[in-house]
Amino acid sequence: MIKNLIKFFVSLFALTAALNAFAVDLEINTPGVNAIKQSMQARHAELAPLYASGAVGLTSDGMVSLRDAGAVPLPQRQAVNALVAAENRDRNALYAEIANANGHPEWEAEIRSTFAQRWIQRAQPGWWVQSGGGWSQK
Amino acid sequence: MNRIWIAFAALALSACVTINIYFPAAAAEKAADKIIEEVWQTQKADKPVEKEQK
Repeated sequence: MIKNLIKFFVSLFALTAALNAFAVDLEINTPGVNAIKQSMQARHAELAPLYASGAVGLTSDGMVSLRDAGAVPLPQRQAVNALVAAENRDRNALYAEIANANGHPEWEAEIRSTFAQRWIQRAQPGWWVQSGGGWSQK
Repeated sequence: MNRIWIAFAALALSACVTINIYFPAAAAEKAADKIIEEVWQTQKADKPVEKEQK
């Protein structure tokens, strides 16, 4: 009886270890994810100078935000607002798409917070990032 | 006796399901890094990507 139980738990452990091994990677190579990625990549050329000037910063919820409108000349402000809105639309779609691609739409919030941390951690020196509600410069 | 096994089988099954719905934080971080690298093209940038300690 005890021996059987031990056998049972050993095989259970082996099974869970095997299941974990299959789940080491998240699926991010789907047409949906790739399309969003390309759109964001193209937009980054326009966003990079705005990050550098401090006009736009990275928020703690994985978005971007116009943090210093004064750094943008008035005539360009509308274009920058549109750029920020478009980027945030893509980011929202990206997080949802990754969650869906992996069959777990409920993971979206966790994927978002993982991305938020990584965007901020990988931000270049001089860029502005949000931490605990306030802005700080990398 | 039989009942005990049924109970264990149920426990085992629920354990499997639990593992399956568990959020894979490390995998998500890896996926995020890969996408961020491509979007920001940090690999080709003049500034080297530093690997931060978690």
